[in-house]
Amino acid sequence: MKPFEYASPKTEKQAVGLLGKSWSEAEVLAGGTDLLALMKDDVVAPKRLVNVKHIENLGEVHFDGKEMRIGALVTMGEAADNALIKQHFPILHEALWEAASPQIRNMATMGGNLCQRPRCWYFRNGMGLLPVDEKGESLVLKGDNRYHAVLGNHGPSYFVSPSTIAPVLIAYGARIRLYGPEGARQLELEKFYRAPMHEGEREHALKPNEMITDIFLPAASTRAGYAEIRQKEAFDWPMASCAAVLEMNGSTVKSARIVLGQVAPVPWFSPEAALHLTGKAVTEETAMAAAHAALENARNLGKNKYKITVAKVAVKRAILNAAKEGA
Amino acid sequence: MADYKWPDQQHRSYLGKKIDRLDGPVKLTGRAKYTYDYNPKGLLYGALVTCPYARAKVLSVDTSAAEKMPGVKALKVVKTPGTETHWAGDEIVALAAVDERIAEDAARAVVVKYEVLPHFVQDEIEPPKDIPLASGPLSQEDLEDMFSNQVPEGKIADAIKTRGINWKPDEGFFKDLKGYGVDQVVIDALRGAQVKPGTAGPKSPYKRTAVQTEGDPDKAFAEAAYVVEGVYGMPVITHCCLETHGLVAEWPDQKSMNVHVSTQNVSGMAAQMAPMLNLSASDIHVEQQNIGGGFGSKFGPDSWGMHAAELSKMAGGAPVKMMLDRKVEQEMAGARPSAYGRVKVGADKDGNLIAWESNSWGTGGVTGGGSPPLPYLFRIPNQKKQHTAVSCNIGSARAWRAPNHPQASLLTECALDDLAAKMGMDPMDFFLKNIEMTGPRAKTYAEEFKIAAEMIGWKEKWHPRGDKTPGPLKRGLGLGLHTWGGRGHESHCDLTVHPDGGVEVRIGSQDLGTGTRTVIAIVIADAMGIPIEHVKVFLGDNKYPMSGASGGSTTSGGVSSSTHRAAVDARDALLAKVASSLKAQPEELEVVKGTVRVKSDHSRAMTWKQACAKVGPVGITVRGNNPDRTKPPDLTNSGIGGVQMAEVSVDIETGVVRVEKLMAVQDAGLIVSKKTCETQMLGGMIMAVSYSLYEEKVMDPTTGRMLNPNIEFYRLAGLPDIKDLRIHLHNTQEQENRGVIGIAEGAVTAPGTAISNAIANAIGVRVPFMPFTPGRVLAALEEHGQNAMAGGAM
Repeated sequence: MKPFEYASPKTEKQAVGLLGKSWSEAEVLAGGTDLLALMKDDVVAPKRLVNVKHIENLGEVHFDGKEMRIGALVTMGEAADNALIKQHFPILHEALWEAASPQIRNMATMGGNLCQRPRCWYFRNGMGLLPVDEKGESLVLKGDNRYHAVLGNHGPSYFVSPSTIAPVLIAYGARIRLYGPEGARQLELEKFYRAPMHEGEREHALKPNEMITDIFLPAASTRAGYAEIRQKEAFDWPMASCAAVLEMNGSTVKSARIVLGQVAPVPWFSPEAALHLTGKAVTEETAMAAAHAALENARNLGKNKYKITVAKVAVKRAILNAAKEGA
Repeated sequence: MADYKWPDQQHRSYLGKKIDRLDGPVKLTGRAKYTYDYNPKGLLYGALVTCPYARAKVLSVDTSAAEKMPGVKALKVVKTPGTETHWAGDEIVALAAVDERIAEDAARAVVVKYEVLPHFVQDEIEPPKDIPLASGPLSQEDLEDMFSNQVPEGKIADAIKTRGINWKPDEGFFKDLKGYGVDQVVIDALRGAQVKPGTAGPKSPYKRTAVQTEGDPDKAFAEAAYVVEGVYGMPVITHCCLETHGLVAEWPDQKSMNVHVSTQNVSGMAAQMAPMLNLSASDIHVEQQNIGGGFGSKFGPDSWGMHAAELSKMAGGAPVKMMLDRKVEQEMAGARPSAYGRVKVGADKDGNLIAWESNSWGTGGVTGGGSPPLPYLFRIPNQKKQHTAVSCNIGSARAWRAPNHPQASLLTECALDDLAAKMGMDPMDFFLKNIEMTGPRAKTYAEEFKIAAEMIGWKEKWHPRGDKTPGPLKRGLGLGLHTWGGRGHESHCDLTVHPDGGVEVRIGSQDLGTGTRTVIAIVIADAMGIPIEHVKVFLGDNKYPMSGASGGSTTSGGVSSSTHRAAVDARDALLAKVASSLKAQPEELEVVKGTVRVKSDHSRAMTWKQACAKVGPVGITVRGNNPDRTKPPDLTNSGIGGVQMAEVSVDIETGVVRVEKLMAVQDAGLIVSKKTCETQMLGGMIMAVSYSLYEEKVMDPTTGRMLNPNIEFYRLAGLPDIKDLRIHLHNTQEQENRGVIGIAEGAVTAPGTAISNAIANAIGVRVPFMPFTPGRVLAALEEHGQNAMAGGAM
């Protein structure tokens, strides 16, 4: 790990003042579960760490009946234990419980989870987020891409978005509040993520001197289902996950928000899947049709064909779980 | 002549019972000190500059900036310009500095220029049919390859005889070989070898042996009523020791060195280090109280350990700690060779095995890899086999729990299971029908099959291939069997009975967490007839009497034999001293539960402490020995085996496999410490769940680098993945009479095979290669037109 400066501001304003104009200048330190590992492995080497844990009011969960506000510093463990989250956003609770290990959940923050870097093994081994050989050809396409993207994978980004709770939050229609030198702005979480086109770009819309301060979830009368398919039951990254939030009209689906995780460089919002459910009852057949629609444009990079199958199962099971929920 | 027989049932307070391990409390409370925890004053931290390329030639090494950095105390160029490196992670420079950060900064400041050379890391692909046979003379390097790949010594001698050698070995070379324990047949072959110029053959990653034939396999296959052919295999995996490899070396003066090292070989370490340091083994003090796993990968000081020793000397003797980080550990501190094979087996119409043919391949790194003994256990009468060693630019293989056995078991017993399926026979019936082919152990295996079948409910649950139950979750049963040697190694100990009744034993062995301390204490307590609390075990120090390395399941048999003999001798010496005060002859006395008494008259008795008080101010000290392998064994023995059965569930939509149950029946000779014996078994079974489902050293074809040098994507089973594992120790009287035998290796062999067979039983198709990942399971299903999610609708 390279030497770095350490700052511990008390306000948002101080914090963003300490952040830099480029990513190499400074990084936000919250739970540190991802950042410290990246620094130890020499994947990132910021000149300054800005510890945001002493900023007030970012560690709370509020619900006024219309909207839930989750502070960016709420830990995943606290969120997983929160009764209001469990009651109003049950699949967020479920996804949080499935994530990582108790030790990590107790340190990792909700804001940090949304900003965590991809687990791509080329990236983590210091070969870059868009790794290429000396001829400029993608190491991912030529190499071992068993865990890489099957959707939105026309390059040059092939990694998968790592957060398991982002797809759930997007399915619930979450917004986030960002704070920077020009003040605060709000963004739909769905629009926060993007696939970099150049090495050095980040996977999200955050500027180097901005930070996430809050997550907002609109209350709604919905049914929600979550499914994540992973190889191990113990601490493991899913091969695919899916969050399905359905607004019902009697026994038929009025509208649906289907979001897949771990399949694309961004959380993958699938209006195609939703279309196959709208106006229909949820059955094994409609769920399956939605699953096929979600993966219709999937592309096998050579070693990740199974992920297409697994992702379909995740979509199908998430939808069926939504129909079961509270029934 | 003392009676060294193991105590009978009436004289066992601890032997064969479930005794808590002696080192449990210190480990649970974190007080146990490991090599990593040794931080003496003035400690310097070692760091390595490693090569990022799979194969390269070092062009230049510029260490000037690193050497000028304040805090850098010693630096050594390991690979000088012109040297070729053979795997990513190979060490180029070693250095030591006052703290970890400076050491890492200094390592980063070293500038190495390389010429990158072509590499090869793909061992899974079946080798082409037409590789020229290696026939040229063997080089010294070829010979070293064969040794490091554990090629049987008879085979090495044959290769030397048929191919000759390309250098003239001198007497020093023969002496060294002898010193390394190389068999005389190899030395004789070398002495008689034809010396001719040349190399082994063209530089191809493939080195193929000649075809070995027994009987008439072609005729047997032609006559067979049932024949199956399949491909099976397992990849290179690493050891994943929780404590990485490494040591702390310090020189109190320029003529002696102290070493704290993470090792399976306390007594044998000094002799390996001494020659390269111009020291005598007697100048080196080696210590280790606890080790965080070795599994066959920690017998030597390793190159990085030698760097630490030299850096310490260069730094005026200051202690230098060189522990590998996880990445380097995964890249180069040991790997189990891969093994793959195209296997054909045939049986007659009654189900008798008659023919075997195998074309196997695998890698153990640059040097090729071990050749699994095929067919495993079953001496099929007609055989044809050939093995191809694949040279890959990855860190070298090391012994990994039961070297070659899991590979041989998988390649053999999966093929037999497929043959049974083809015949429509229950595989247990098929294995039993042919069990005589396993030789003298046949009867024991047959007994063990019966017990294992009852444990798992084979009769009620077994179904022909393909679970027909509706829904995506399919269940299946599978079986496997194994064998191992396990005879005790050479071992010596000193045992002292103090005048206050305390008993201490000093032995140059090591407790790998397997229960060695507990085994020794149990043996001594029961041999002397005293409470186990009286016994203190001191090990992990090479200044204690020499005891063998802990490898090949040889420790239990070795240390229990030497310490038992010492305990019997010390007890008898004590009884000789106190007999007159009890008005009896020594042979009329016994010690039972801490009381010394006359066998025929229990009223003539004294406590153990009273007796010890009579032996004089220095107590009694005796030496106990277990002889080396040139002598016939008496208290220990060789040859254990067992049967394991697995029940798995497979989600055929996602390809996810869970090992729901694993039942092990194991014969183990005389069981000393039942609890640690069972935990050893459990450890092996857990490792097998892990290597069957998760573990794989993933190499990037383009860069030749390991992509998962961590324990995130190098997956290991976690607690929820380890389900219902049970053990039955088959300790019949007949087994007990054989003496103490090590069991650890056996436990890890059969379960992988049982899991593979259970998956085939559950889903109706064979998944050829481990680990049985969702990707591989789904691909196998799809190949047989069974992808549940492929169609448009369900």
